[in-house]
Amino acid sequence: MSQLVITDLHASVITDAGEREILRGVTLTLDSGCTHAIMGPNGSGKSTLAYVIAGHPKYVVTSGTITLDGQDVLAMSVDERAKAGLFLAMQYPVEVPGVSVSNFLRTSVTAVRGEAPKLRTWVKDMKTSMADLQMDPAFAERSVNEGFSGGEKKRHEILQLGLLAPKFAILDETDSGLDVDALRIVSEGVNRYREATDGGVLLITHYTRILRYIHADVVHVFVGGRIVETGGPELADVLEAEGYDRYVAATA
Amino acid sequence: MTAPTIALAPPTDLSPRVRSLVPEDFAKPSGREEEWRFIPNGAFAQFMEPVEGAGHVIASASAATVVSIAALQSSWLPIDRPSAIARAHVTHAVILEIPADHESTEPIHLSLSGTSGVSYEHVEIRFGRFSKATVIIEQPIESAVCGSIVVTVGDGSTATVVNVSDSNRTLESLLTWHADIGRDAHFTGTQVSLGGARLRVLPSVSYLGTGGNAQLLGVFLADEGQFMEHRLFVDHDRPNCTSNVVYKGALSGEKSHTVWVGDVLVRREATGIDTYEINRNLLLSDGARADSVPNLELETGDVASAGHASATGRFDDDQLFYLQARGIDEETARQLVVRGFFADIVSRIPDAEWQTDIMGRIGARLGVPVEIVGDDE
Repeated sequence: MSQLVITDLHASVITDAGEREILRGVTLTLDSGCTHAIMGPNGSGKSTLAYVIAGHPKYVVTSGTITLDGQDVLAMSVDERAKAGLFLAMQYPVEVPGVSVSNFLRTSVTAVRGEAPKLRTWVKDMKTSMADLQMDPAFAERSVNEGFSGGEKKRHEILQLGLLAPKFAILDETDSGLDVDALRIVSEGVNRYREATDGGVLLITHYTRILRYIHADVVHVFVGGRIVETGGPELADVLEAEGYDRYVAATA
Repeated sequence: MTAPTIALAPPTDLSPRVRSLVPEDFAKPSGREEEWRFIPNGAFAQFMEPVEGAGHVIASASAATVVSIAALQSSWLPIDRPSAIARAHVTHAVILEIPADHESTEPIHLSLSGTSGVSYEHVEIRFGRFSKATVIIEQPIESAVCGSIVVTVGDGSTATVVNVSDSNRTLESLLTWHADIGRDAHFTGTQVSLGGARLRVLPSVSYLGTGGNAQLLGVFLADEGQFMEHRLFVDHDRPNCTSNVVYKGALSGEKSHTVWVGDVLVRREATGIDTYEINRNLLLSDGARADSVPNLELETGDVASAGHASATGRFDDDQLFYLQARGIDEETARQLVVRGFFADIVSRIPDAEWQTDIMGRIGARLGVPVEIVGDDE
């Protein structure tokens, strides 16, 4: 049983024009086995929350804390956070030319597990995981994300989620740009991860449709850099019907 | 040797202005000439005049013979002052003959060393008709060298030459490397530049018949304070030949400086040729400088294809973040990216052991021991 605790988190983005505050006091507790959806309009700062948890250097935390089982996440480097059990599935996965998917995955799994996986079981695991996500085995020899379609990139993110088996997964708009079939395949991958590891999921999304495939225990409405309302799954249905206008108007 | 073998090319194209065995036919460079303009002040000065007590380069491979330079029958003419001085003062040549129709499965390893701190070099490799072989040349580690490699690729042969320059970091080296490619022959010349304080390599090819194919490949890795220049010349003077130039460089550290100049000349008579050249550079840190100058000169429009490209990019923060977010530490991430960057060239060396060796040296230079993936069990 693990716990990710975010307390009164304030963070700014560093731009050429100076710092601009985006997160304005985020407080959230996520337990193993639970899935929280964070829903909000464009520009509300929900992706920033994902990046700040993962430690992207573009953002600076000005106050507040993030702890993982009592450990200070903000004191860790990006790779230390991954090794501690945090995983960020990115909205726009980065292309790394020349580095093959198989080499990348094995290096990553070796780093996170602290030892190299045995080659025989590793190849089998990778092939099984790729087949589960209906990925062509030829992907293993392609460069990381290079020339991948949007759907292929998202499947590749979920492939990593399954192989790295983190304590907590932050899925940043994993549903964006996916057609119905791809959305179903990706959602099944997330559900397999939850069953296999009892991990916690922070599901960041603009739309409610992914919640038809991935059950969220808690739904947060995120506007203006913080959580403005929290409820059960039924809150998503309200958002589906009414949109974010009510919240945006209230914070404007 | 005193014969006035001087030829003047028309000054309108990319070909060398002067080719001569006589050093005095070449003026001492002022640094303002196009071909010397990137050279740091004072660099290679020792090679601009004959060096007292200079030695010569010898080879350890039993396949090679060392002969007196006087016995050498070579039509190749030096193209600059240092190579002319080296040719005039070198006493011995290293000769490697691949007999006609001979096919060698194992690479021939030509490990060179100098007989003195500064050594003149003359290496000739002759691939006989329809032969097929790979030659790996390792330049001297403990000697500053100046000189030439001359490769003759016989009709219908498949010749692969890899030249590894990985000398001590205090030394300068200056090499011209020419290949004459016979009818329907395939030549792959790969330059691997790792060591030395300053390194200048001038690969060139010309064709002796139609249907010749040249692959000029290169990897170079320059770090703090290192200067490396690769200046290529592909002389398309026959119809229906092909050339493909791919040079990739990685730079890291303050004042690392690389220069790549790729001159491709397609003469009027070289119809139906296919040529492409590309240089890619990867800047791994601030304070590094990569100059890249592709030049393509077409004297005929009747070609199958002709193109050139150059791209210099940074190992960017987003790539680093992505890899780190997967638990990979910064050093390993850097290593992964550089290995990936060079992999498509190194993987074309037709020998697995040498691929591993070269990748291992690249990894060692980046300060990280290399794990060859898939090597366990």
